[in-house]
Amino acid sequence: MKTLYDKIWDAHVVVPETDAPAIIYIDIHLIHEVTTPQAFSGLKKRGLKVRRTGRTFGTMDHSIPTSSRSLSGFDEMAANQVRTLAENCAEFGVPLYDLNSARQGIVHVIGPELGLTQPGRTLVCGDSHTSTHGAFGALAHGIGTSEVEMVLATQCLLQRKSKNYRVNFDGPLQPGVTAKDMILALIAKIGTGGGTGHVFEFTGSAVRALDMDARMTICNMSIEGGARAGLIAPDDTTFEYVAGREFAPKGRDWDEALARWKKLPSDDGAHFDQSVTIDAGSLEPMITYGTNPGMAIPLTARVPAPSTPEDVQALRYMALEPGQELLGHPIDVVFIGSCTNSRLSDLRNAAGLLRGRKVNPRVRMLVVPGSYEVKRQAEAEGLDRVFKEAGAEWREAGCSMCIAMNGDSVPAGKTSVSTSNRNFEGRQGKGARTLLASPLTAAASAVEGRVADPRRFA
Amino acid sequence: MKISSRIVVVPQENIDTDQIIPARFLKVTDKIGIGRHLFEDRPEFQVEKGFDILVAGDNFGCGSSREHAVWALKDFGFKAVISTSFADIFRQNSLKNGLLPVAVDSRTHALLKPGVLVTIDLASQTLSIEGGPTVTFPIDSFSKTCILEGLDEIGYILKHDTAISAYEQRN
Ligand code: SF4
Repeated sequence: MKTLYDKIWDAHVVVPETDAPAIIYIDIHLIHEVTTPQAFSGLKKRGLKVRRTGRTFGTMDHSIPTSSRSLSGFDEMAANQVRTLAENCAEFGVPLYDLNSARQGIVHVIGPELGLTQPGRTLVCGDSHTSTHGAFGALAHGIGTSEVEMVLATQCLLQRKSKNYRVNFDGPLQPGVTAKDMILALIAKIGTGGGTGHVFEFTGSAVRALDMDARMTICNMSIEGGARAGLIAPDDTTFEYVAGREFAPKGRDWDEALARWKKLPSDDGAHFDQSVTIDAGSLEPMITYGTNPGMAIPLTARVPAPSTPEDVQALRYMALEPGQELLGHPIDVVFIGSCTNSRLSDLRNAAGLLRGRKVNPRVRMLVVPGSYEVKRQAEAEGLDRVFKEAGAEWREAGCSMCIAMNGDSVPAGKTSVSTSNRNFEGRQGKGARTLLASPLTAAASAVEGRVADPRRFA
Repeated sequence: MKISSRIVVVPQENIDTDQIIPARFLKVTDKIGIGRHLFEDRPEFQVEKGFDILVAGDNFGCGSSREHAVWALKDFGFKAVISTSFADIFRQNSLKNGLLPVAVDSRTHALLKPGVLVTIDLASQTLSIEGGPTVTFPIDSFSKTCILEGLDEIGYILKHDTAISAYEQRN
């Protein structure tokens, strides 16, 4: 009896684990400008090629501008990094979705969009949120630059097997509560190191009921719970999403793939080293108050009293007091975007709340679609007009204010409600204070200029 | 590999890679000189040069996969980091760059006060505290061999080229 993780692992072992780690085959390798230059330099030094150019795909997302798709006049160091990726991809024959491509976008948004992310595959990228792709029942995790070089050169990784950790969400979600709230609730419960050494498998009726965009939101933040990867067993929702996409199997291949994919879910009685159950029906919208994603509370709760020096430092940084309510706390910036919450359904959620309303004049609101394709679809539905009429900025696709490498940042001492995944000190800019929440909570807060409960806007 | 040095201590838990090296310094295309920006936004950590060993709180290196965090620590001069636990990707990245992630229990960790002289011996997997106990620490056996013998992991995988090609034929 095997788990989903066991099955994918077993199917990709090239050389089994001995004293040395196993050699695991990697089906898809996604690359971007920030974590690859040193890897390509390493390849050149060794005189090696990229082993599978047809399994390696590049895009530009982390450090690019989102005010326009042009690098002219942009930060010279960032522009140089972007150009370096283009040169490396050209030299090594790796397909690249650059700023002129209609397929460009955040690496974890475009992989699924293009149909590269498929059930049962192994997929890696030099980015910790590669866990996102696990929503399809693909074993996907972030790697460092040395490992990027390793995969470019060999299409393999040296890996020791992780343990299995089952996360079960039962019961229907209440209105106003989303996938983002589910994953924040999990991390608040188990802590940011809770899943270290494990791969999560998210199960239960609440997970089954989610669409693919929402499933990706959950798997995306597996890493914030300490697990390198998070998985959701593929089902009809998954198959429907993948079918017909550019790189999806077609015709007879599709039928064969489907037959294989249907065998992937964990067997009844398969062994999990750890498990936790969360009553999804009793969840409220969640928000973070501190400086790691585990410092999250229900929107209507009060900031807890600090119990460690780290908590004390976090509250000082956030300028929050123990016992204080977050509802009504004044904010300055709202960011809707990032590989956590920048897909079409996220934008629909936010636009639905904003329609006919205005962003509070004290707030700067940035809406950054996850990919060019998301942007195109959103514009076809008129979502861009809703955002612009409300007073929000509608930007080009990229990571933007999630990592604040490209100049899109929150000023020091200012507070943002952000749909991204990390509230670390300085993550959105030096001295920036980040409150992580769902697109619904972010949009509601934009309207009020204060942390607000989206359920009051229903 | 033996490292003997007085220690710098940053007692905080969950030090993430954004604190180790803020994202705005990730626009480089090489690894050199990046140590200049180590903990740049955390001056209160008071991490000074001239020490080989950094001691930090639990779950060190959580957050992003950026290997720049390891390069910055190494470039600054550190050869080992001691904590009660490390984030998975950070630990992998460290081992691949010869920066030793040394995990100890919280009793031992509590003895690691600033300025204490510590000796780490990779071969015997021991950590000795001057005037205190000697404890063992776990490390992946393969990574240990790689570091001690200067074995190259990519070279190691490429030795299995026939197995890789066979796998590719089958799939
Ligand atoms: S959106 Fe943020 S978390 Fe996602 S890949 Fe970009 S920088 Fe990383």
